[in-house]
Amino acid sequence: MTAIAERSPGPLMTTPEVTMATALNQALADALTEDETVLVFGEDVGPLGGVFRVTDGLAARFGDTRVFDTPLAESGIVGTAIGMAMNGLRPVVEMQFDAFAYPAFEQITSHLAKLRNRTRGRVALPVVIRIPYGGGIGGVEHHCDSSEAYYAHTPGLRVVTPATPGDAYALLRQAIECPDPVIFLEPKRRYWSKQATVLDHVGTTLDRAIVRRPGSDVTLIAYGGTLGTALEAADAAEEEGRSLEVIDLRSLSPFDDETVTASVRRTGRAIVVHEASRFCGYGAEVAARLSEQCFHYLEAPVLRVAGFDIPYPPPHLEEYHLPSVDRILDAVDRLQWQETRPAVKAGG
Amino acid sequence: MSPLIGAHVTSATRVVPRGRKPQELLPTGAPLTLVDADGRAVPSADLAMPGDEALLALHRKMVLARRFDTQATALTRQGRLAVYPSARGQEASEVGAVLALRPQDWLFPTYRDTMAVVCRGLDPVEVLSLLRGDWHCGYDPYEYRVAPQCTPLATNTLHAVGVAHAAKLKGEDTVALVMLGDGATSEGDTHAALNFAAVWRAPVVFFVQNNGYAISVPLSKQTAAPSLAHKGIGYGVPAMLVDGNDAAAVYAAVRGAVASGAEGGGPTLIEALTYRIEAHTNADDATRYRGQAEVDGWLARDPLARIRKHLIARGLLDEPAVAALEAEAEAEAAALRQRVNADIAHDPADLFRHVYAEQTPDLRWQQQELSAELAAAADDPEAAR
Repeated sequence: MTAIAERSPGPLMTTPEVTMATALNQALADALTEDETVLVFGEDVGPLGGVFRVTDGLAARFGDTRVFDTPLAESGIVGTAIGMAMNGLRPVVEMQFDAFAYPAFEQITSHLAKLRNRTRGRVALPVVIRIPYGGGIGGVEHHCDSSEAYYAHTPGLRVVTPATPGDAYALLRQAIECPDPVIFLEPKRRYWSKQATVLDHVGTTLDRAIVRRPGSDVTLIAYGGTLGTALEAADAAEEEGRSLEVIDLRSLSPFDDETVTASVRRTGRAIVVHEASRFCGYGAEVAARLSEQCFHYLEAPVLRVAGFDIPYPPPHLEEYHLPSVDRILDAVDRLQWQETRPAVKAGG
Repeated sequence: MSPLIGAHVTSATRVVPRGRKPQELLPTGAPLTLVDADGRAVPSADLAMPGDEALLALHRKMVLARRFDTQATALTRQGRLAVYPSARGQEASEVGAVLALRPQDWLFPTYRDTMAVVCRGLDPVEVLSLLRGDWHCGYDPYEYRVAPQCTPLATNTLHAVGVAHAAKLKGEDTVALVMLGDGATSEGDTHAALNFAAVWRAPVVFFVQNNGYAISVPLSKQTAAPSLAHKGIGYGVPAMLVDGNDAAAVYAAVRGAVASGAEGGGPTLIEALTYRIEAHTNADDATRYRGQAEVDGWLARDPLARIRKHLIARGLLDEPAVAALEAEAEAEAAALRQRVNADIAHDPADLFRHVYAEQTPDLRWQQQELSAELAAAADDPEAAR
């Protein structure tokens, strides 16, 4: 296959399958190639290629001034990234695991998120913090947290999470080009998921949700690691005669009200699915927004299928914690189907 | 390899053998001094006495800095500033460090270093924006290469390392000087910053003003190290202990550290021994944790009197020149008073404008919500009355 043919696959050619890890690697490589101010650094991202191999080969290709290992200190990684961005570079840093990003929390919330405002827009910090997050890989303690709500709660940050290899590429490219700091949450159990797709970021914006599967009875709102589970649940529900629409949020902050409310106003029922603990979790914000904006269209309370309010369980028990197809289908059954009053909905 | 990044350094991350023996990283036993408390020149093997012009500039800027500081304290008592952390007594350190910087260097100040920021040339009224109760730092950090004054402790040490490392990658001749206090040396970010700077050989000057107290907590409860400068050796960072009330010594030490950073020598840690004459802020009561005898002892070692005695003894300064300088400082203080006494025109809508590069739909909506609230209040005769 020639290089030109690879770029523009014709209708008869098979689009190659890529994993999310490969797509992210390609996004970093393309950004490093196109923009000489882009730097990639963190723990073990150099010769090792990261513990998930997302930066595989980048140090060898771009040199150790642009892709490099740092001392082991997450606050140091983010704090120095802030300084580098102040001086005109675009750092893309990796936190090795979700819970190991917490030492950087002060730098993220007190400086990265606020410096633009503090300087009336004079200092922009185009920093991307890549964080592998969530469970489902049999990880031990502190390796499986879903920490999205901490970041989404912080004004000044954008929070993005891809669920497919194609989005992983497009959203990471957009995040690197974005003038705002972006918390880029990578669902680690989807790193090896495959998709036949052409990697391209033109036309994808950083702040829009997408309908992954159209449906008419219920809107499932998922993101990152739970999108696949939601799609499986929609397949299973179809066999039972229920049509589930599945939305992939992609951007957790800002929130795409337009896409989500349009769907829920049509279906009248909504379930938010996430791995993170339910209490004060991201789903609470989604449910609140839907009750504010879709109240007269709702046939049932907005339900949450979420992790329990417990520290993330050990490998042998995580299956009980993670949202499953069955748990989603059970929630669908609880959406007050017998109480539907068609006359009420007619106004919508 | 890109033309911008990496052309000027062979490796940003390789640990370069420093070629320094451990004892070369240690500070001297006694603080480095060039002018003693009585204004007499002290011969030094480590520091060179600054030239006459530099000494006169130090004296001049210290006079202006002190008057600025006492004016700001007075404005706080009058309610014109929300709060002001004074650096009175620390003028030699504040001014000496800043005058040693070149225009292309960066300064990373803390909330106590307002006189250092003003000394760098920024408009004092802009610099006081935050302390007057505004929501932003007032000045453009790029204009004089001065970062916003940092309120959290030690976090700015890492920003300085980042700016310096980026400068090195871009081939810029830029050194970053970060100011921190004795208390901030206990924070984890100071540890990370010294370590990152050393490993990356980043051109950074860590300028610690040891003024004896972290609010109320004395140094003895902060560290068990022989001195804060002794912390450098653990990171492979050369360190100096300097008399922080000796402007000549501070200036010479920082000049040396800047030159070393610019020549590829990496970071330097400087501990300047000084004393905070005022309480932590106007909201603090220093009599609860220190005695007047201690304060009096430090007043007798006043940094401004010291350099003035030295300059007069050497015939570089006379009483009429001092009087003229003090009149100049008084005029600046009067201008500052007048400008700060004018109220800031606040537009609440500004709070929503710079959170993101482009306003999000939520912020747009919230801004409208607040505007509507304000408009309704303005139309309400009850509220207006």
